[in-house]
Amino acid sequence: MSERQPSAGMSADLAAPAGRFPDAAGHFGRFGGRFVPEALVAALDQVETAHREAMADEAFLAEFTALLRDYAGAPSLLYEARRFSARAGARVLLKREDLNHTGAHKVRNVLGQALLTRRMGKKRVIAETGAGQHGVATATAAALFDLDCVVYMGQVDTERQALNVARMRMLGATVIPVTNGSRTLKDAMNEAMRDWVANVDDTHYLIGTAAGPHPFPALVRDFVRGIGDEARQQCLDLTGALPDAVTACVGGGSNALGIFHAFVDDPQVRLYGFEAGGDGVATGRHAASITGGSTGVLHGTRTYVLQDEDGQTVESHSISAGLDYPGVGPEHAWLHDTGRASYEPVTDAEAMAAFELLCRTEGIIPAIESAHALAGTLAVAPKLAAELGRQPTIVVNLSGRGDKDVHTAGGYFGILDKE
Amino acid sequence: MSRIGVAFDKARADGRAVLVGCMPAGFPTVEGSIAAMKAMVSAGVDVIEVEIPYSDPVMDGPVIQRASDIALAGGVRTRDTLRIIEEVAATGAPVVTMTYWNPIERYGVDAFARDLAAAGGTGLITPDLIPDEADEWLAASDAYGLDRTFLVAPSSTDARLAMTVEHCRGFVYATAIMGVTGARAQTSQAAPVLVSRVRQVTDLPVGVGLGVGTGAQAAAVAGYADGVIVGSALIRCLLDAPDQAAGLSALRSLSAELAEGVRTPTP
Repeated sequence: MSERQPSAGMSADLAAPAGRFPDAAGHFGRFGGRFVPEALVAALDQVETAHREAMADEAFLAEFTALLRDYAGAPSLLYEARRFSARAGARVLLKREDLNHTGAHKVRNVLGQALLTRRMGKKRVIAETGAGQHGVATATAAALFDLDCVVYMGQVDTERQALNVARMRMLGATVIPVTNGSRTLKDAMNEAMRDWVANVDDTHYLIGTAAGPHPFPALVRDFVRGIGDEARQQCLDLTGALPDAVTACVGGGSNALGIFHAFVDDPQVRLYGFEAGGDGVATGRHAASITGGSTGVLHGTRTYVLQDEDGQTVESHSISAGLDYPGVGPEHAWLHDTGRASYEPVTDAEAMAAFELLCRTEGIIPAIESAHALAGTLAVAPKLAAELGRQPTIVVNLSGRGDKDVHTAGGYFGILDKE
Repeated sequence: MSRIGVAFDKARADGRAVLVGCMPAGFPTVEGSIAAMKAMVSAGVDVIEVEIPYSDPVMDGPVIQRASDIALAGGVRTRDTLRIIEEVAATGAPVVTMTYWNPIERYGVDAFARDLAAAGGTGLITPDLIPDEADEWLAASDAYGLDRTFLVAPSSTDARLAMTVEHCRGFVYATAIMGVTGARAQTSQAAPVLVSRVRQVTDLPVGVGLGVGTGAQAAAVAGYADGVIVGSALIRCLLDAPDQAAGLSALRSLSAELAEGVRTPTP
């Protein structure tokens, strides 16, 4: 590896066992595990074995790294946002995952899992999607790998995100609107699980975030951890030191884990995850599972969930469809409990103010998800500066670009011409 | 031996299978579900399976999902389920509870086991709790003398099947098909194979569920299993009916047809 040019994707030490956690049964402390129908256990075991063997297979890792480089554009740039920095009172370095093919960090996960699908000899992938980003990414990988692809999407979301539905269909995927429950992401996930139980012989469930039953939280993390591996080296190259803090938005939490993982063993680097605070956690209209939820079991894993007194899942609310999920990956729940990472809510209004600030200062339109990370960064920068007695350096995961959000943001700011 | 075990023993002595009928608590209302379950008992259903409605039932097909949504929209609470169990158990029929894990975890595993036992429930069927994650439930069910029914599936390896059955008490639930609940035109070819695999490792009775909806199907399953578990087809009687009286009438008539089926096992 040259000094200035970190290799794409995974660092060589991934050939070693992937970190200390989870344990053999998929537990991160008291979180994680498998809360699934017995019918799925054999398939989860198969995925777990394929994942473990792939992580120890140099040829697999080399193919993944080459795909990330040649197809997705990794390593993504680490860009010093000088005008935004001046407003933040911190040296802000943006990890430009928004420049990846398909516009977000999610392409890393789908390419890794598509390779794994081929390795397991399966011909069909299914996925859930909220706003459609993971669905588009999955459809993209399915086209590239010649896999049949079915995407489940809540009917409410297919109507809100008609362009992404069209994108998936252009790429050859079948999009199935889910009409039960709240007709959003969580119901799409239920329906994907039902499909998987019935078709597990030839089908891989290409789950979109670091949640769900073991081994998915660890598997997805391993496929996206290149974000942090790259950023850590890029920051050292650029500044000669590690950052004081790393920040990311947290819905299910894959982009945040992707950038946190490389820094977990650097105690001087603070890790901040910003959850979707919606109208404010106190209003009950939010998607902040860690700061506003409680311990429970959802979608196959024990983690923090939004639930009522009887354990029924409560609907989440966020201006960002990608963060609008009533659970969170179990590794985040554990990083929260251990105190290694801090989680704070960011309201819709705070996120949209940061969205506008990045547009105007840097000429970059971020995904509304990523705008939560920017807003959180603006909030913690002065506290960090006071604590350190100097200007802090903060690496922000700019996890996706905002093209998909132009309609939502245009409506929010009232700048759409009447038709 | 639990009341469920007694029911299975008696049926075995009579050369027939036990009929287990499932209904979500609070569907269509709390009182309506009590009336439906009592109607099922009087029409010949041996064991009532009360399902606690849950917002995210990943093992259930459209019929049970719809019934659960109706029950939850009506405001049914976990404590209502306990009252329903108590009323139905008073008929003398054994009442087993089917539940996804989060409502139990939220109630408190030990507290729920205590209150379930006090209400006269026999135990739990846990579709998304496997023995690997069940330490707390194993302890609580021992403490309050409750049955534990874990699921086995056609995809279970021999080792997992043996491990799962070892943790069961009362009866074993064999999922006949790889898929969600819901009546199907044909029952599974995989089910008899699965049942015989279970019999190789235990003397516990084996119930077969997922897909049974007619008397003929019940008779076919009774030919190789100890229990025939029916849910969606019974629930549909209420969903499709124009009013409660018509629903209960359809429910009684299907219950009787199924009860006849389990008494005439086809080899």
